[in-house]
Amino acid sequence: MSFWTRHQVFEKNSIILVVGILLVIAIGGLVEITPLFYLKSTIEVVDGVRPYTPLELAGRNVYVREGCYLCHSQMIRPLRDEVERYGHFSLAAESMYDHPFQWGSKRTGPDLARVGAKYSDDWHVTHLTNPRAIVPQSVMPGYPFLAANEVDPDTIADHMRTLRMVGTPYTDDQIANAAADMKAQADPDNPGADAFAKRYAKAAVRNFDGKPGAPTEMDALIAYLQMLGTLVDFKLYNEKANLR
Amino acid sequence: MTDHSEIDSVSGKSTTGHEWDGIKELNTPLPRWWVMTFYLTIIWAIGYWVVYPAWPLISSNTTGVFGYSSRADVAVELANLEKVRGDKMVALGKASLADIEKDPALLALARAKGKTVFGDNCAPCHGSGAAGAKGYPNLNDDDWLWGGTLDQIMATIQYGARSGHAKGHEGQMLAFGKDGVLKADEIVTVANYVRALSGLSTRQGYDAAKGTKLFADNCASCHGDAGKGNQDMGAPNLTDKIWLYGSDESTLIETISNGRAGVMPAWEGRLDPATIKAMAVYVHSLGGGK
Repeated sequence: MSFWTRHQVFEKNSIILVVGILLVIAIGGLVEITPLFYLKSTIEVVDGVRPYTPLELAGRNVYVREGCYLCHSQMIRPLRDEVERYGHFSLAAESMYDHPFQWGSKRTGPDLARVGAKYSDDWHVTHLTNPRAIVPQSVMPGYPFLAANEVDPDTIADHMRTLRMVGTPYTDDQIANAAADMKAQADPDNPGADAFAKRYAKAAVRNFDGKPGAPTEMDALIAYLQMLGTLVDFKLYNEKANLR
Repeated sequence: MTDHSEIDSVSGKSTTGHEWDGIKELNTPLPRWWVMTFYLTIIWAIGYWVVYPAWPLISSNTTGVFGYSSRADVAVELANLEKVRGDKMVALGKASLADIEKDPALLALARAKGKTVFGDNCAPCHGSGAAGAKGYPNLNDDDWLWGGTLDQIMATIQYGARSGHAKGHEGQMLAFGKDGVLKADEIVTVANYVRALSGLSTRQGYDAAKGTKLFADNCASCHGDAGKGNQDMGAPNLTDKIWLYGSDESTLIETISNGRAGVMPAWEGRLDPATIKAMAVYVHSLGGGK
């Protein structure tokens, strides 16, 4: 059998063909995926990035549930116009605790990677309830029901445990206090606010929806939006060491 | 294995040599141009590996002879942008607000720059024409919560109001109803007094004397005896026709009962100093600057 006809072994024997396909795909996968786990440029660790607080995480769940990602990306690309408009380009580390990430290139609305602290909480409440009340030309749907839905503090610990399974470093302490932390972050008068602040660096404690009572999905979503892109201090970030 | 290919007598084409139960397969090769393009793409890929970052190594990756990096690229682009904007932007960063107002070229630049940045950062609250919305001040009029001079406008943009910034404006409208300072009927009286201050109609049976006393006891410390406001505390002038939240009785009752504490975010750090300066000049030029 000449070398150029050896392929007939694969064509005439389906099991060998399947094994051959698996082998080739495995090699391709290893070469393309494995380096992402060890190359310095793909696992850059950046100071300041922390896992989401229970309230922010609940807000993120609302964000994903309502499909905000269909119109809003969370990725400022390293392009001049994007950096000019939105601020520093996004770092991979800034979404390292996102499961799944909210990158994308489909923008019906603006990118939200650095929307945190850009507008007031009041603005978010008004805008989420009825975007046209404040931005007349907006095509975004209103989400008035968020203010009426309370977030469930009892299930958030399970969400955190699940995330820990896929690598988010929640501590036992953080998981044990998840329900209490969720209430504390939305209520500055809560006695647990100090303990909460110790567990999560740079987390804002405010009554995000401006209404008394248990945290609502409005609180949660605004807590999440107001922290987006605020964790990394770019004055301390070494640009030159991280060119790629 | 011998080559079984032959010329098919019906079509005149060669066969592949494959045969199933007497049925033979004609050899119809891909067009030559297609095959050549395919080989070209392979050669192109090899060139790409050499020129651009491609292969992972033990602790890094091949960087390619061009040394391309998207982050370095955008840094160069931004540096070029600075160059295109030229010395004028640098001059803008260095000049004082008063000097910018005096130099027509700098003034034009600051207003153009300010207008652009306003559209992206300020318009969501203050509106694309800066006419404001309920709770978000109109920037075209002469009424200023925290002062309408260039320096005051710049301070408000830079540090915000109730923004959490250490230098931000503080001061808030108290919740007279929620905190139990005033009773429900007293709040109605004060609301009518405030309406009367700017010449609006009052409800029947409104006791002006009682209103005057309640205002003097509770409101005058911030809004002034005459209700003219106090820009150090962000207390609005209540005698004009300009209302941040609304002048109807029910809105006023809501304001007095629950208080108001609108937030202006601090822009220091998010926008660079020259941009904030340009923004201050732009807002000042909108029509109401003092």
